[in-house]
Amino acid sequence: MQGSLKPGGYGLLVLPACALLLVFFAYPVFWLLLRSISEPHWGFANFQVLYERSIYLKVLLNTVVISLLVTLCCAVIGYPLAYTMAHGGPRVRRLLTFVVLVPFWTSILVRTFAWMVILQRQGLINDLLLWLGLTERPLALVYNRTGVLIGMTQILLPFMIFPLYSVMLRIDRSCSWAAATLGAPPLRNFLRIYLPLSLPGLMTGGTLVFIVSLGYFITPALLGGQRDIMIAQLIEQQISNFGNWGLAGALSLVLLAGTALCLALVRRFVGGQAPWGRR
Amino acid sequence: MTGGEELSAAGRGAVWWHRLRALICVLVGLYLVAPLVIVLIISFSSAPFLSFPPPGLSLQWYDNLFGNPVWLRSLITSIEILVPTSILATLLGTAAAYGLARSRLPAAAAIQGFLMAPVVVPVIITAAGIFGFFRHIGLNGTLPGLILAHTVLTVPYVVATVGAALSVVDARLEDAARTLGASPLVCFRRITLPLILPAVLSGLLFAMVTSFDELIVSLFISTPRVRPVTVQMWSNIRGDVDPTIAAIATLLFGFSLLALLADHLARRRSAGGAR
Repeated sequence: MQGSLKPGGYGLLVLPACALLLVFFAYPVFWLLLRSISEPHWGFANFQVLYERSIYLKVLLNTVVISLLVTLCCAVIGYPLAYTMAHGGPRVRRLLTFVVLVPFWTSILVRTFAWMVILQRQGLINDLLLWLGLTERPLALVYNRTGVLIGMTQILLPFMIFPLYSVMLRIDRSCSWAAATLGAPPLRNFLRIYLPLSLPGLMTGGTLVFIVSLGYFITPALLGGQRDIMIAQLIEQQISNFGNWGLAGALSLVLLAGTALCLALVRRFVGGQAPWGRR
Repeated sequence: MTGGEELSAAGRGAVWWHRLRALICVLVGLYLVAPLVIVLIISFSSAPFLSFPPPGLSLQWYDNLFGNPVWLRSLITSIEILVPTSILATLLGTAAAYGLARSRLPAAAAIQGFLMAPVVVPVIITAAGIFGFFRHIGLNGTLPGLILAHTVLTVPYVVATVGAALSVVDARLEDAARTLGASPLVCFRRITLPLILPAVLSGLLFAMVTSFDELIVSLFISTPRVRPVTVQMWSNIRGDVDPTIAAIATLLFGFSLLALLADHLARRRSAGGAR
């Protein structure tokens, strides 16, 4: 280490940022995680509670199920859009990039609020459904899992679209054309040639969406019901309502471990760069 | 997009697929943007509740917003946080990115990973940790506390954007300047900085937007006396909602949109040189 840190060397430039993060990020997180085994007494009692009480296990399961569903929805909806972005004309590309970037830059709170307005009992969607005669009574679209899925999918869609788009841009279309010339039907051509080539983007995007979903707080808190709360809400409740730092620490450790595991998996399969980098 | 696109063998199927894809794109586009537009329209509603379409237009909710000292104070608090946060994050992030790019530190990858960690670790964990830490050192409910916490959350974006820009700057330009006798500082200011300026500005803008929109950490560490606008919005959303919330949401949305456009302009001006 010392050898490359010449006096006045460039390496010193990383120190201020590292120091800030060490004091105001790494230490607090470590302190929180340590609570899981130090409070109320040293030991693994908190993890035992997590394991034995079925409500906590239910929250963990619920978190994974919602995250998987959101990831699936993002993949299904995001794929055609990313495809069009990558292979459409320059104007289409510019328009779609703008359409994806605008919500990406907009506050999650604002977007969640928008969905509260639209999905409520007398909201736009219900009005529309009633007017079309598709339903006789307003549907419960919010304060339940449906609301959480609709909101989270919209909010996380850009995380799926950008990695997909950047992979699709680099796909050599001549492979598909060659297959088509040789008589491959379009669907088979897509499944055998294009889809496998775009798989790294799908994996990166999917993992990104899944990881971010796991720790989601604002959207499930506002659009979800009492029955399907997610792990981040449980952590907040344990601290704000019960001051139970031990359990909050244990839940945080579980969440962090899950996140790290997913990251390690995607690194293993896709390799290369960290998926969260912006360009 | 050159040649051989319409292979007649694919024929009608391709046309159908094309149309279906166009339709899907329009629907997904609406799904992404329409909610924001609807909130924007409702904020100008003359009705006292969140109905759409509004029966008439009025500015009463903006009146309400700017006439209400609580909302006004929270807006000012947010700005008091975001200005120092974005400056601090840009300075620290740019310095770190430059250091990482030019120093050949043996642990560069690990340091880079560490600097990106606040984006990867779920914010709820960071928030709870900082809340617990601040309780001990008395920084909860203070402006410096909020600024420090927001800086932690925004530094990674600056490191990532500036780092990406630095990776395409030709280091030989700097070497040339140094050989000709420029000090490291002059070299950075006259050669490197102009080249990476769009990325630095982009990082600054994203830090501003992130700080302005941040809710979770602020929710934990703010108090009614020092309360940014997102926390104020959060506590009102859960009570009875009137279009004042739509007005504040539109304000936040407008701020994001402006920042996005500014970012676009910065990138565009640099596009000629960089690519």
